[in-house]
Amino acid sequence: MKKRIISFLIISSLIFAFVIFYKGLNKSSFYQPKSEIEEIPKFFAKTFYSKEEIDSQKFFKKDKYYLLNIWASWCVPCRDEHPILISLSENKNLDIIGLNYKDKISNAEKFLDELGNPYKEILLDQDGTRAIEWGAFGVPETFLIYQNRIVKKYIGPLNQNSFEEIEQTIR
Amino acid sequence: MIYSSIGYYSLIFGLCVSLPIFFFAIKNFKNDEILDSKIIGFSFIQLILVVVSFLGLIISFVISDFSNETVYNNSHTTKPLFYKISGTWGNHEGSLLLWLLVLSLFIFIFLLKSKKLLKNYRILTVLFQQVIIIGFFIFLLDSSNPFNHVFPTPTEGLGLNPILQDPALAIHPPMLYLGYVGSSIIFSSVLAATSLNYISNTWATHIKQWVLISWIFLTLGILLGSIWAYYELGWGGFWFWDPVENVSLMPWLALTTLLHCVLVLEKRSVLKSWVIILSITTFTLSMCGTFLVRSGILNSVHTFANDPERGLFILSFLFVLIFISLFVFFVFHKSDKEEIISFSLFSKETSILINNWLMMYFLSVVLIGTVYPIFLDVISSEQISVGPPFYHKLIIPFLIPFLIFMAVGPQLRWIKSTTLEGKKYLIFFLIVSFVISFLIIKNFGNNLLINTVLIGSALYLFFITVRDFFKKRLQSFSQNLAHFGFSLLILSILFNNIFSNEVITNLKVGESFKNDNFTIEFNDLRKFEESNYISFKGYFLIDDNNSLEKLEPELRVYNQPNIITSEADIKITFLSDKFITMNTVQNEEYFNIRYQVKPFMLWIWISVLLIAVGGFMSLFKRKIL
Amino acid sequence: MKISKLIFLFLILFSFNSLNANEDKLKTEITKNLRCLVCQGQSVYDSDSEFAVSLKLVVENKIQQGLTEDQIYKFLTDKYGEWILYDPKFNKNTYLLWFLPLLILLLGGAIIVKKLIKIKK
Repeated sequence: MKKRIISFLIISSLIFAFVIFYKGLNKSSFYQPKSEIEEIPKFFAKTFYSKEEIDSQKFFKKDKYYLLNIWASWCVPCRDEHPILISLSENKNLDIIGLNYKDKISNAEKFLDELGNPYKEILLDQDGTRAIEWGAFGVPETFLIYQNRIVKKYIGPLNQNSFEEIEQTIR
Repeated sequence: MIYSSIGYYSLIFGLCVSLPIFFFAIKNFKNDEILDSKIIGFSFIQLILVVVSFLGLIISFVISDFSNETVYNNSHTTKPLFYKISGTWGNHEGSLLLWLLVLSLFIFIFLLKSKKLLKNYRILTVLFQQVIIIGFFIFLLDSSNPFNHVFPTPTEGLGLNPILQDPALAIHPPMLYLGYVGSSIIFSSVLAATSLNYISNTWATHIKQWVLISWIFLTLGILLGSIWAYYELGWGGFWFWDPVENVSLMPWLALTTLLHCVLVLEKRSVLKSWVIILSITTFTLSMCGTFLVRSGILNSVHTFANDPERGLFILSFLFVLIFISLFVFFVFHKSDKEEIISFSLFSKETSILINNWLMMYFLSVVLIGTVYPIFLDVISSEQISVGPPFYHKLIIPFLIPFLIFMAVGPQLRWIKSTTLEGKKYLIFFLIVSFVISFLIIKNFGNNLLINTVLIGSALYLFFITVRDFFKKRLQSFSQNLAHFGFSLLILSILFNNIFSNEVITNLKVGESFKNDNFTIEFNDLRKFEESNYISFKGYFLIDDNNSLEKLEPELRVYNQPNIITSEADIKITFLSDKFITMNTVQNEEYFNIRYQVKPFMLWIWISVLLIAVGGFMSLFKRKIL
Repeated sequence: MKISKLIFLFLILFSFNSLNANEDKLKTEITKNLRCLVCQGQSVYDSDSEFAVSLKLVVENKIQQGLTEDQIYKFLTDKYGEWILYDPKFNKNTYLLWFLPLLILLLGGAIIVKKLIKIKK
């Protein structure tokens, strides 16, 4: 009897393990953080052109849609998504704010001269600490903001789908 | 092209050969008195076919035959010959073929070496082993075929990940597989012996050799992997509790426990059920390791190409094997009621039992730490990391009694209780060790209590084993050597941890860094063109107030695939290593320099080697007797 | 422009000196316990990725702002999830993780004690 109980226990726990492993197989093992921050983080940054120091809490206005885009001239996928940013910048409902990540200013200027400047304003993040305030871990990452809240977060370059999604949201 | 075809067809024929082996084995099982030599003959044919298949793949790699998909994915014409060959098993398909090769090699050797044993036991072992072999054949042919064809034939391959182009890593997988696969023989054999109720001291004496062989190879395999990680991954550690490392540690722990139990079984004919369970566990863990690593279910530093379909196959296969073994265990194994288990509280048996218990605990910590994140993710979608702090917290405290029992155990006698008479040195050394340890920590280290106790108990084992070298001389020398090696390992790791010194700084050519302990001068940076990479070599001068040291770390830009690696330069000395790496800093002409002084590094490797040599000598001793 | 860059580099270069020994130790301890999100098998301390370099700076800044170790962990887990900690916090998700091995230890101990008592008889 005791033997039966033990074997039953072992077999059921093995089946349980099998099911778990089977399900685990289909999950990606690469971790992407879920966006747990909802509000605009507190930070100070200098602006790209005028070198004014701004306070993030005062910078974003409540009644407007913002798209904060973390980019750098050395980042290859940023080049890919740039045309999408350009076309989004034509939308009057939306202000695109760039966060220039660990970049040489001269290179960044060259990048914008070459591909166009979709940004209403560019903030500087030369040591990468502000990107961390946003919960980002690489470039590019993009945040859609409304009413001081992060509505949507895109990790990696924007694509046609995300373009349409953003257009839908801000309409 | 032709070699791929030869390889492929010999695989198919190899699978077909299993059929006559099954046929003759079953016929032979019922009828004859002695083992049918046809079984050995066909096993040999199967082995030869797998060897041919493996050679076919090696040749395809050597001649860079890119019509073969595996070669195309993992090789490149500019790669040095040595890495073309090692590339054969540096990938999923090739490594499985290597598994299969070792599987069929081992069963063949088993057949040759077990002539004195019961005929039916040998046949059953072959049958169980064939189940595993067939599983691997099907897996290879079905979802991991190393001989897939690419058309049109590409002119150039994709290349092998440069961090894998390394001598230690070239022989690391074969070593590890010899260990893993060795445990498959133990598995088949224990199932056969259980079915025939043949678990006895004769059997223990025979299986001990296989346990030792797999244990030695597994130890060396882990050692090589660790050395590789130390100099190649560029942050100067050698063990990170990374899932892929844990997966090789788990069978090792099970195997070490098994080794000790088999010794008890051999001498005293007790712990039978325990030996069976451990044998099954060891192989299950080896397979589980293959599953976890190859399926990509784990998130690890060591990147492996992954494919859920393959994972599913190994997973199902693994569970089939587990169910077979459970069936055999529960149906055939009768726990001997007459088994006379009598030994007293202060006997060798007790101390081995206690250390078994602790070892099983370590194993469960590692196992749970490794798979728990998978379970949690699937059940609740919460993702967590289980890293070094977890393992340290749960393992280190229990290392203390473990070390002490390891020292005392061999001093006790079998069966009978040992009185303290004549054993006063045990207490004497205990006190001496703790005093020395206290003095060391007080003068240099931090974290007084835990470190004192830890170093104290490791020193205790150290002294006791050293004493045994003189007192007992050749008697149980191999065991003593392995235990001595273990004490040295723990001591080296602890000292390495406590006395390591490290600086991370950003420098550009011509600058220098200075602190209380040393000065680092970055003198020059030169570029070299090699056959398959471009190297940027930094020239550093380290002045640590006693000596001047030139160190030359490298950054390598590989052409195929296009990857930058950082090669550490390590100055190895008897007492400590000087370790330097450099890395690029985004958009700056500065380099990130990491300089480490790591005491006793060499001793970590030496002590693991001593442990393995201990095992080797034990194997050798067996042969003479 | 040049000046700002110089200041920035200056900050990186002398960041070690700006922390006193205790804070430096704390920083090492914290960054060793953080898992890098870019090269997902390394700690932030060991990693040289851009993300890890910046995160080290953030940790340093937070220490200087007077945040405690736990506050810094809270700050980071809010942004990146529990995943970023190598030392899993003790909560409902991890009760089993911490207790199961100890439970197994006790169970094994019980079996051995039972066996020894049997032998005594």
